[in-house]
Amino acid sequence: MAGSSVSVDYSEAMATAPVASGDWLVIAPILITMLGGAVCLMLRKNTDIQAKMGIALLGLLVLASLGLLIRVLDHGVITMVMGSWLPPFGIALTADALGATLTLIGAIVAFCAGVYGASTVDNTGRRYGFYPFLLLLMTGVSGAFLTADIFNLYVWFEVLLISSYGLLVLGNDRIQLDGAVKYGVLNLVGTNLFLIATGLLYGIFGTLNMADIAIKVAELENPASGTLATVAALYFLAFAMKAAAFPVNFWLPASYHTPNIVVSAVFAGLLTKVGVYALIRVFVLILPESRIFMADVIGWVAIVTLLTGAIGALAQSEVRRLLGYLVIAGIGSMLAGVAVGSVLAVSGAIFYAVHSIIVMTALYMASGILNLMGGSYDLRKLGGLYQKNVAFAGVFLVLVFAVSGLPPFSGFWPKVILVDAAFQDGRAWLGAAILISGFLTTLAMGRVWIFAFWRGGPEGTPDGQTAPSVVADTSQLTGAAVWLPLGILTALIIYFGLQPEWMLELSTQGASGVVDPLGYVRSVFGGEG
Amino acid sequence: METGVAILIGLFFAVAVYLMLSKQLVRMLLGIAILGNAVNMLIFTNGRLTREVPPLIPEHLYVPEVATANPLPQALVLTAIVISFSFFAFLLVLAFRAYQELGTDEVNRMRVAEPENDQTPPQGY
Repeated sequence: MAGSSVSVDYSEAMATAPVASGDWLVIAPILITMLGGAVCLMLRKNTDIQAKMGIALLGLLVLASLGLLIRVLDHGVITMVMGSWLPPFGIALTADALGATLTLIGAIVAFCAGVYGASTVDNTGRRYGFYPFLLLLMTGVSGAFLTADIFNLYVWFEVLLISSYGLLVLGNDRIQLDGAVKYGVLNLVGTNLFLIATGLLYGIFGTLNMADIAIKVAELENPASGTLATVAALYFLAFAMKAAAFPVNFWLPASYHTPNIVVSAVFAGLLTKVGVYALIRVFVLILPESRIFMADVIGWVAIVTLLTGAIGALAQSEVRRLLGYLVIAGIGSMLAGVAVGSVLAVSGAIFYAVHSIIVMTALYMASGILNLMGGSYDLRKLGGLYQKNVAFAGVFLVLVFAVSGLPPFSGFWPKVILVDAAFQDGRAWLGAAILISGFLTTLAMGRVWIFAFWRGGPEGTPDGQTAPSVVADTSQLTGAAVWLPLGILTALIIYFGLQPEWMLELSTQGASGVVDPLGYVRSVFGGEG
Repeated sequence: METGVAILIGLFFAVAVYLMLSKQLVRMLLGIAILGNAVNMLIFTNGRLTREVPPLIPEHLYVPEVATANPLPQALVLTAIVISFSFFAFLLVLAFRAYQELGTDEVNRMRVAEPENDQTPPQGY
């Protein structure tokens, strides 16, 4: 932690040196998606161009994020200040290993969703703006991952929220309106809590720059004081709402199964993880003392979230709603990492976030294919899909293993790290909850696989008999557009499972960057910190 | 002056929470509108209230001579107002469409996404 206060000469508050060309990569993900979204919006009536342009722009986003991550790994944390006002006056965008990794994974998922949407989103959906909203959603997500200013984080949250509203009501069904009302109201309340906490934090410290706040908190004589504890509690409630942690998670199973399946996939992958990312940023980087003060609360919230998510999944017969509960269970694992708060635990949480982004998106996409093949999302009506497509049955089984945290796939390693970190910290209950939740998830997802693939036909079909011909629209299954994204995501899951070293190193680097923010602070304040 | 404003903000929060606990969607939306205003006033007050001093700095100085109005909370509040207004407008339209489609504005009766007599999952083959 930086010891002394940063003194800024007011006459030199303006940046005069030009930005190094490579550092423009910090803002590239935001610029690409924002400008691309605007152009797509203007061309919204031209539905053919839209899909191609959307996919091309999302591909560009992947490349830019990859470049950013490589540059961050080469040069350490990089910062770009807006309007040439140096921090803490100007708004800074800072890319550290944590932010850059999540930006890249988010971009990959969005690209896969763009490709998947090319065949599953019809012309009406495109005309109502699927691609512009997807791009603008990525603006918000990338901005939230890269900003170094806490009020700016609020603004990016709103950007992604308003795009998600647009995506959620795409199609205008009754069920979507119902889901959107609950999603909208609850998220707006959560954002207002975030804003209250930010206002109070500004009142205490007079600054909004995260690095500046981190320094000022470290200099406080009594960092666990009542005022700061209030702010921390408000932040925790606000981000728990965003991340769908118990007990403020009921908007998620009410809304995530209503939109088009590709929209559900992006939401399940990205949106709750932005809440977790904000929790890590605020509680580990900015307010470490408050995290220690609240560690027991966060730990118990994590335990209950883990268990209610997995038990809720067991009670569902609708595949998409079942997956919604699994999203919640995954959030519990990441909260466990925040509760423990050591470098090991936070790296486990980051690795789990990466794994969860990929696997939840892949599962929703797979359930969309399930629906196209079997004609339903209901476990009672599905069956006999093993005979229809053996390869898909295999891929689904990989996803089942991955989401339950079984080796040799990507869910295994972060769970090992988190359980290890929980036991090292003396929180045996937390470790036990992660394991029990994994066991219940295995049951819930194993049942999906058995009912949808293993048995001969829908409920009531005599054993040994092949499925009666289900009326299903299989015309969309012939193109590569639905299989390619699922293939990419599954390949990543297998790769991270068999070769976890790369991701382990990356998440450890990201975790040590937030647990000990010296590099972050130095990057923001140009070496003085 | 801060004390008076703080009491007013507290009052706003109380009214907003009361309205948001209602079953009717319209009342909840009114509560959200009031909550947004309460939050904006809170940010404004957190920037310290000063009376009749413009946030201007004489040309030869880098820091103001006397205590001046803080321009930053005003910028923050302006951002927050724009955002909360747009969200409120969206939610109003959404609530109206939901009322048209679902025939009710009582949240307990909006059970399309989560049907009331939901079947348990199959127990065996």
